[in-house]
Formats: sequence, C-alpha cells, structure tokens
Amino acid sequence: MTLTASSGVFSATWLLVAIPLFSAAILLISGRRADKWGHYLGVAAPLASFVLGVVLFFSLIGKHADGRHIDNHLFSWVPVAGFRANANFLIDPLSICFVLLITGVGSLIHVYSVGYMAHDPGRRRFFAYLNLFVASMLLLVLGDNFVALYFGWEGVGVASYLLIGFWSHKPSAATAAKKAFVVNRVGDFGLSIAIMVMFATFGSFSFVDVAAGSKTASTATMTSLGLLLLLGACGKSAQIPLQSWLGDAMEGPTPVSALIHAATMVTAGVYLIARSNFIFDVAPNARLAVAIVGTATLVFGAIVGCAKDDIKKALAASTMSQIGYMMLAVGLGPAGYAFGIAHLLTHGFFKAGLFLGAGSVMHGMNDEVDMRKYGGLRKFMPATFITFGLGYLAIIGFPGLAGWFTKDAIIEAAFHKGGTSGAIFGGCALAAAGLTAFYMTRVMVMTFFGDKRWAEGTHPHESPRTMTVPMWILAIGSVGGGYVLILSGRLAKFLAAAVPKPDDLAFKPIGVIGLATAGVVLLGVAGAWFMYARRPVPAIAPVGSPLTVAARRDLLGDAFNESVFMRPGQYLTRLLVFFDNRGVDGFVNGFAAFVGGTSSRFRRFQSGFVRSYALSMFGGVVVILAALLLVKG
Amino acid sequence: MSPTYYLYLSAILFTIGSLGVLLRRNAIVVFMCVELMLNAANLALVTFSRINGDLNGQIIAFFVMVVAAAEVVVGLAIIISVYRTRRSASVDDASLLKY
Repeated sequence: MTLTASSGVFSATWLLVAIPLFSAAILLISGRRADKWGHYLGVAAPLASFVLGVVLFFSLIGKHADGRHIDNHLFSWVPVAGFRANANFLIDPLSICFVLLITGVGSLIHVYSVGYMAHDPGRRRFFAYLNLFVASMLLLVLGDNFVALYFGWEGVGVASYLLIGFWSHKPSAATAAKKAFVVNRVGDFGLSIAIMVMFATFGSFSFVDVAAGSKTASTATMTSLGLLLLLGACGKSAQIPLQSWLGDAMEGPTPVSALIHAATMVTAGVYLIARSNFIFDVAPNARLAVAIVGTATLVFGAIVGCAKDDIKKALAASTMSQIGYMMLAVGLGPAGYAFGIAHLLTHGFFKAGLFLGAGSVMHGMNDEVDMRKYGGLRKFMPATFITFGLGYLAIIGFPGLAGWFTKDAIIEAAFHKGGTSGAIFGGCALAAAGLTAFYMTRVMVMTFFGDKRWAEGTHPHESPRTMTVPMWILAIGSVGGGYVLILSGRLAKFLAAAVPKPDDLAFKPIGVIGLATAGVVLLGVAGAWFMYARRPVPAIAPVGSPLTVAARRDLLGDAFNESVFMRPGQYLTRLLVFFDNRGVDGFVNGFAAFVGGTSSRFRRFQSGFVRSYALSMFGGVVVILAALLLVKG
Repeated sequence: MSPTYYLYLSAILFTIGSLGVLLRRNAIVVFMCVELMLNAANLALVTFSRINGDLNGQIIAFFVMVVAAAEVVVGLAIIISVYRTRRSASVDDASLLKY
C-alpha cells in the first residue's frame, strides 16, 4: 500500500480523536460546575466525531481505490536517532469502518446513557470516561504505526478499568476492574514485545515499513511476531487463554458493557490481526494459531452462555463466542478477513442493542440481573421487547437479518478452508451456531415470556425516550446491516485496499452448509423453547449436570488460573520473601554484626593509658626498623 | 678519639629515656625522659655531622632544640593544668579518654 499525504478535509482527521479527548478533559477539570450540562457536552463530542467520520467516509469513497490510504501527519512524536514514532493518523477503508462503528454506536450509547445514568450522582464523570474511551479507541484504529496503536490500546485499557470500576464503592466492581486490568496486562506484554521485535527487525513501526519488511524477514521471526500479536489480541478480545476478565467486567454500568465490552474495545484484537495481515501472510503457523484460538473460544463462550442466569453475563459469554467467530474468520486468511470485519460491524449493532435492551430491563426491574426473577415482561416493555427481539433474531442468524449474512459467511469460509482443520473449524462453528440459538432463546424466553417471577415491589415500566430511541436505531442496524455489507461483496471490495479479499465474493444463501446451519439453529431454538417455555422456570437454579455446574463457573477458567498461576505465584512470592528475609538480609545483617563485633573487640586497645600507647608506638618502631634492616640486608 | 663512642653514648641515653617513658608514672619524669630522648637524638645528629664532614646534622639539631623548647612550654602547661584539676601528676590516673 502507498500512502497519500492528507489534504482538504482529510487534514482534519486528527480532530476525530481530539474532540472527544478535549471534551473528556473539560468534563474532568471543571468538576461539579459541569454537572448540569456535562452530559450534553459528553454526547455532543462523539456525535461531532461521527459527523466528521461520515464526511471522511464519503470523501474516501469518492477517491480512486488506489488512493484510499491517506496519512495525516500531525507531529513527530518521539524523534530519537533511528527511533521514529510519529503522531500520524491513517484513514483507509479498514480504519474508516471502525471510525464509523465507534463514533456511530458510541454516540447512540452516549445518548442512552443520559437516560440510564440520570439518577447517578457521578454522571458527568461517567461521560468524561466514556469520551476518554472513544478518543483512545479512535487513536487505536487511526494510528499509522504500531506505537500509536499501542498508545490507544493502553488508553482503552485505562478507560475500561475506570468504567468497570465506576461504582467503586462496590467491592465486586473494584475487584472486577482490577482483574480486567491485570489480565489485559498479560496481553499487552505480548503486544509490547511484538513492537520491540519489529523495531529490532525492521527498524520501524509503521504499517507500511513493517509490511514491506515482512516479505524478506525470516519465517521464525514472523511466526513469533504473529504469536505475540495474537497474545495481545487474546488479552483485549477476551479470547482463550485470557478470557476470564470479560464476565466479571459486567460489574460496570450497562452502557459500558454495550460500548466497550461488546461493540468496540473487545474487537480491537480482531482489528489488530486484520491490520497485521501482512505478518500473518508469511507466518501460516501463527495464522493457524489465530483460527484455533478463535474456534476454542467460540465453543467455550457458547457453552458458558447456556448456563448463566445473570442476563449480562449470558450476553458477555455470547460476546466472547461471537468474537471467537471473528478471530476464526481473520485466522482463515484472505478468505475470511472481510467476513470477520463484517461480523464485527453487525455484531457491534446487534450486541450493543441486546446490551442496551438488557440495561433497559434492569432499569425497569430495580437493577435485578437474575433472569430467574424476570418473566412475562413483553407486555410491560414493548419497545424493549421488540428491539431486543430483533437483536436476538440477528444474533441467532434468522434468515435475512444481519447475523445470518455474516455468521453463515464465516462458517462457510471455515468449511471451504478444506482438509481436516477446515472440517474441525467449520464443525465447531456450526455446532456453536446451534448453541448460540439455544442460549439466546433461553435469555429471550426467561426474560420476556412465561410467568412473572418478579421480586416483591417490582413495577416494571418502559424506559424513557432517550433510552429507547438508540435501541430502535441499533435494531434497524441489526436488521439491515447484513444486506449493506455482504450482498455483492460490497464490504470486501471496499476493504480490499487494506486487507486481502476472498477469491469468491458471491453470497450463497442456499447451500448445503447454509441449510445445515439453519437446521442446527432451529434445533437450538426448539431445545430452549421446550426447556424454558413449556416448563416453569424454577426460582433457584437446579443443580444440573457436571457440565452445567462447570459452565456456571466459566468452565472452571478462574479455578484454572487460580490453581495454575495464582497459587504457585503466591508460593513463589512467599519463597522469595523468605529468601529475602533469611538469605539476603541474613547475609547483610550477619556481615554487619561481624564487623561490629570485631571492631568492639579492637576497641579494647584504646585503654586510655598513655604508657601502653607509648609501648605500642615503641614496638611499632622496633618492628619497622627490624623490617628495614632485614630488607636492606 | 673515635666519634663512635658518642654514638654509643647517644644510644645509652636514648634507651634510658625510652625506658623512663615506659616505666615511670610521674608525668614530670616522663616528660624529662622525653627530653632525654630528644637530646640523645641531637647528640647522634651532631656526631653524624662530624663523621660526614658537613653541617646538615648540626642544623637539624638546632631545629630539634627549637621544637623541643616549644613542646616543653605546651607540655608543662598541660601537666600543670591536669595537676590542678586532679591533684595528681600520675599518667595512669589520667585515663578517661578511652573506649
């Protein structure tokens, strides 16, 4: 790819990041004085970025396909000898898709938050953090080099930490925030080492230079680079083995779960892999690892989702599973990039919609999250029911809705990979589609159908207009997104300038695989219907099979981390403390005691008797004279 | 007469002086013995000057005398002041400056 220097409207690319950042700064600095109008500014900032993003998008498609990489140079960020990190913003088809997703869905969620957080005393601070998140996320996708990307990557990590722990007076929220941060550090470690390897190998971090250099670098270097990037992606995107933080992250306010932990931040890993496609092109083993991680996670998340009674945690498991699909897609190489990104975009719509719906339900149910205490809500919350229902149909892959286009495309691409691995990937993706249908139907039925199992004194009511309008818009996106992106390979052609496109762009809705998927989905829906709609839902979860018990505990992910990493780590630190106290301190203190003891014995020579001093001087002189005589001989 | 005898005399005087410093307790006597050692050294210097036939040794002897005179002034003053406070001129009694 060749970069074009920015001109005209593209010179304002940096404003995309600067506007929300500036707004966040104002909201944080002006303190309580801004409480009255803070949320208006908080909504206006991402909206302004969105408008600018739309303008840039249309300017970009107005250009010839070869000139669609536009570099907005702002300043030389770290110019030290051979180390050059520039504050450059890159607008290309891939980044503009993310810009529109982040600012578009972001703006809707900001609007929703005005209603959702209306009674929260910290609403201004909440908007400040949300704006900070939007700015960091935009920096992440707009940077034209890996260091700028890393800067945004850490920025969203901080924003995520602040927002998960927004209600930090709750110990569970504070712990969840810390957990998310620590687990993310493990992934960030991989990404930072990858950047160091890049600098050591290519002497540069910019996408263009690394892409050029990767054609000649050794396979071993590129494979290690790919695996390190995958580690980073696993941390941010909650993929196995770094998946454990996402479920706990649901402690944050629901708009945060919708924006950060469903629509945008957790997809940063997919972006990273898609953006580094030139690395994975020459590292097939690393690419295979990406597909394996994606496949494992999509099954893992789907199983966990089937057992969770907490509506947000069920959706979080679903997010994990859907990102697994995206990872699988980008792990398939050119055959999957466009589909992975397409699923990412439609998922951004329907999953954000589902989370906002869940938030709306919680809002009307006194912040109850246990689905066993819901039931029969469709009459009381019609707007929430319809928008949530559309999101539900989209995610299970109901023909014609967004998920049907994008998820089926991934399953087909996986089968088309061929060979044993293709069959395994495709089979897992197909089976998980059935599980997706099962757990989403379960959520739907337990929440909106059946008997009322509400707690005493609950009066469910529809949410205010500020909350329902964003939900409607997202629902429209969930319905129509697929047509826009997949039909006639529109997105794939558009993205072709940034990521390799599949050979075969034709969409094949009625094929063997399509029919099989539809059958599996139908099976899942029917299973959930018989289990949860035809039978009363017990208020206390039955014990269930060992698999259910394990799935409720995230398939023992935390137990694994605790027994394999945390406990041995604790023992190691205890051992080190012991060694430090007894070994290092013992040596140092012992040596000091030895010196002190010896000198206090030598001190006795200072007797105070002048004549003994005279004698020692005399003896000394005699010794010196004797020695001199001896030497002179 | 061979100058060597002066050297023997000097050695005898020095030995007497140093034994006095080491063995006597009275500060005044110790002090006198120090003077004796200095003068034994002076005698040796002058003798060597004679043997070598130049004046260096004699000049150094003058220096020693000047230093000894100055030292006597300070030393006696200290001894008297110690005696005034402690009513004793024994060097073993003044042993407070120790570990």
